[in-house]
Amino acid sequence: MYLTFDVKMGDFSNAGKVSSEIKGILKQLNINPKDIKRIIVALYEAEVNVVAHSYGGKIECLIDSDRVIANIADTGPGIADIDLAMKEGYSTATEEVREMGFGAGMGLANIKKNSDEMNIESELGKSTNIKLIFYLD
Amino acid sequence: MKLSEIVEIVDGTVICGAENLDNEVYLGFSSDLMSDVLTLLADDILLITGLSNNQAIRTAEMSDILQILFVRNKKPNKTMIDLATEHGITLITTPYSMFKTSGLLFSKGLEPVY
Repeated sequence: MYLTFDVKMGDFSNAGKVSSEIKGILKQLNINPKDIKRIIVALYEAEVNVVAHSYGGKIECLIDSDRVIANIADTGPGIADIDLAMKEGYSTATEEVREMGFGAGMGLANIKKNSDEMNIESELGKSTNIKLIFYLD
Repeated sequence: MKLSEIVEIVDGTVICGAENLDNEVYLGFSSDLMSDVLTLLADDILLITGLSNNQAIRTAEMSDILQILFVRNKKPNKTMIDLATEHGITLITTPYSMFKTSGLLFSKGLEPVY
């Protein structure tokens, strides 16, 4: 099953809506709750990142019986130093993002922790693309 | 500990989800940092927070947390209540601070996550 959703920049009140829809679909597909939780936590972190840091983007999911592949692509400032961005505690988040309860520099590390494979590509001043693979139990 | 006992201990008011007051809750976690909440692996958690916005509800939804206790009389707005109701999340408010709330519940046997 292939799913695609748009994520708008700065739309803080709706941040999480896409992850919520995907969670509903994974539940309907009877995927085990432990896998759903790690997939959705990773996707929600990624969705918040798109809302908080980009000019808008897209979340695509390909759901198979044995794995879920997610692609989170945005246009935006990109990430200058991916290794630094992956470090826990490093953040470029605005005050507004911090007021939402995020921006502590934990997101990318938590996405990595919850996924089986993670690949980030970013072009400075243009875009960021995160590909995630989750192998299902 | 039953959710109804938690409400009693903190002089709480149930905002929505009163039908879940018989649910058993074993663990408590106090935080305003949703990123931290999203790192928790355990279920059956009571989230104690002073952060009253949509992301508190969304974070609970994504983390399979079914009860949120807002401290210092933080009142969730209608959007938050609707979102919580849609996902079966019980919202409670207490006039107590996060420190007092956590201390009281800990002393009555609610376990910490860490």
